[in-house]
Amino acid sequence: MALIDTINPLLTTGWSKGDAGWSLKDYESRGGYAQLKRILASKMSQDDVIAEVKKSALRGRGGAGFPAGLKWSFMPKAAAEKYVVCNTDEGEPGTFKDRDLLRYDPHSTIEGMIIAAYAVGAKRGYNYIHGEIFDIYQRFEEALDQARAAGYLGERILGSDFSFDLFAHHGWGAYICGEETGLLESIEGKKGQPRYKPPFPANFGLYGKPTTINNTETFAAIPFIMGMGGEAYLNLGKPNNGGTKLFSVSGHVNRPGNYEVPMGTPFAKLLEMAGGMRGGRKLKAVIPGGSSAPVLPADVMMECTMDYDSIAKAGSMLGSGAVIVMDETVCMVKALERLSYFYFEESCGQCTPCREGSGWLYRVVHRIEHGQGRPEDLDLLNRVTDNMMGKTICALADAAAFPVRSFIKHFKSEFEYHIEHKKCLVSPEVQRAGSGFFRASSAAGAA
Amino acid sequence: MNKQNDMLSPELSPEALRKIDREVAKYPADQKQSAVMAALVIAQDEKGWLPKETIAAVASYLGMPPIAAYEVASFYNMYDLHPVGKYKLTVCTNLPCALSGGVHAADYVKEKLGIDFNETTPDGKFTLKEGECMGACGDAPVMLVNNKRMCSFMLPEAIDKLLAECN
Ligand SMILES: Cc1cc2nc3c(=O)[nH]c(=O)nc-3n(C[C@H](O)[C@H](O)[C@H](O)COP(=O)(O)O)c2cc1C
Ligand code: SF4
Ligand code: FES
Repeated sequence: MALIDTINPLLTTGWSKGDAGWSLKDYESRGGYAQLKRILASKMSQDDVIAEVKKSALRGRGGAGFPAGLKWSFMPKAAAEKYVVCNTDEGEPGTFKDRDLLRYDPHSTIEGMIIAAYAVGAKRGYNYIHGEIFDIYQRFEEALDQARAAGYLGERILGSDFSFDLFAHHGWGAYICGEETGLLESIEGKKGQPRYKPPFPANFGLYGKPTTINNTETFAAIPFIMGMGGEAYLNLGKPNNGGTKLFSVSGHVNRPGNYEVPMGTPFAKLLEMAGGMRGGRKLKAVIPGGSSAPVLPADVMMECTMDYDSIAKAGSMLGSGAVIVMDETVCMVKALERLSYFYFEESCGQCTPCREGSGWLYRVVHRIEHGQGRPEDLDLLNRVTDNMMGKTICALADAAAFPVRSFIKHFKSEFEYHIEHKKCLVSPEVQRAGSGFFRASSAAGAA
Repeated sequence: MNKQNDMLSPELSPEALRKIDREVAKYPADQKQSAVMAALVIAQDEKGWLPKETIAAVASYLGMPPIAAYEVASFYNMYDLHPVGKYKLTVCTNLPCALSGGVHAADYVKEKLGIDFNETTPDGKFTLKEGECMGACGDAPVMLVNNKRMCSFMLPEAIDKLLAECN
């Protein structure tokens, strides 16, 4: 899935040639590695690099939206051994942007990581790549070989005093390793169970050493920020929401795919770029930031612009930028049942509220969907989420709770109908037609 | 040929050990355990699945306790701790994919192969698994073949074609 459309391409500049434009030569011909060269040749200070990133108002693209420059400034200056780690464990349902970033333009992430390593004084880095995308892992390793051969990685990079090497670590199927401390445990060769925080990775990270960890898209933006300057990057978006952002649009649109647009672009515009609603059907709901973000009803979503502040004001989160679009063929109870199963399945089990709570949520939503719901179940679900949120080691418990609370809040009548009538408000035939799977073939009778 | 035949010896081939050495070299000298995930994948590729003895062999090669390697092997979804068919098909049915046919694709495969999730066809050829988000939702329906090959836009014709190709 190449890029489908963009308003102001930065991250996706290199995507236009599809699979033919990813190599080092292509990247260099687009101005790649020029910023690294400039920083090293001019002996730019570490503080100046961090200041530029701060100015850009680049916020972490992995989900939490924490300002990247500020995070880098937390790294202790004196420590001898430090690490830079990239989070490409893209497993948040609905998100598929980091995969395309590494597929079509792996060197922008590599250059971003080298610049970050320079700024925080790290000598070694890892990119943790999602288990299911083996071909992307292979491509990234090839790109690393190219960068090493060209002298951008290794000892005394481009003849400077700065040395840094970078390696790829391949995951093997565990959503929780997307959580940054679970990810670090995983690189250490253990179960990917998140750590208590504090201490944060900037103090106690990989192998117990100070570590900067950012999302792939965050690192990939760095060369562009250094190229145009922090202020110009900020101005592409809106205050406090600098730059452009990749949105992975999935679900009931005519052209699912990745779209790079300036922060603050109206949702209606993004929907139009994605070809509008499939089959001209009516928009029902949108999850605007990956499955962990609260769902928003169509009318609320149509008023939003795509940036952290607007989506937060509407009661959800921009999260990873995964925009899951649902039309009127969707049964909201069934949709929630699938999400609740996911969190139940992926809870790492260390915290009782998460381990037990995610199981309760799934079982109760499951029984409502299967005609065995009880009138008191909606209160029960809300009570279970009260006992999960903010009470666990990592945010997976909150991520399991948000969909439940928001689906019930905005689509309560659908849940009540299910409980009372023991069936979906949306008829099974309508639901079946929604996916478009059977339309394509005469073999439609199956299932 | 059934992959299970390869498991008679837990020992890894010299080629597999060379591959593991390349992984070990990515990490600091005193952090060999970091290579355990990759080493288990290499072992699984060679043996078809991961018997306890193979996990122990990997652990001993990396100088870590067998239980530590076993914990890793049982934590991550894509390690197979039981024999699987020659082709393991994992279909993503999570919500973004389901909106574009992920569940229907899984139903279609079940019907064609006559098996449910976590079952293997009697001839040992296919195992079917339910997957979680593979980070490819724009290409739904998606499925993985033997963990490493991602197949996109798996509508009925594409599934027919894939199954026919698997010999
Ligand atoms: C359950 C869970 C899953 C997460 N999954 C991802 C992920 O797949 N990719 C990612 O970049 N961040 C993920 N995060 C967020 C990371 O913990 C971390 O905040 C992020 O990698 C920091 O990078 P950023 O500041 O550049 O966004 C996840 C967090 C939680 C709690
Ligand atoms: S909140 Fe859930 S996933 Fe996170 S550490 Fe606790 S049990 Fe594990
Ligand atoms: S939901 Fe199936 S790949 Fe993301």
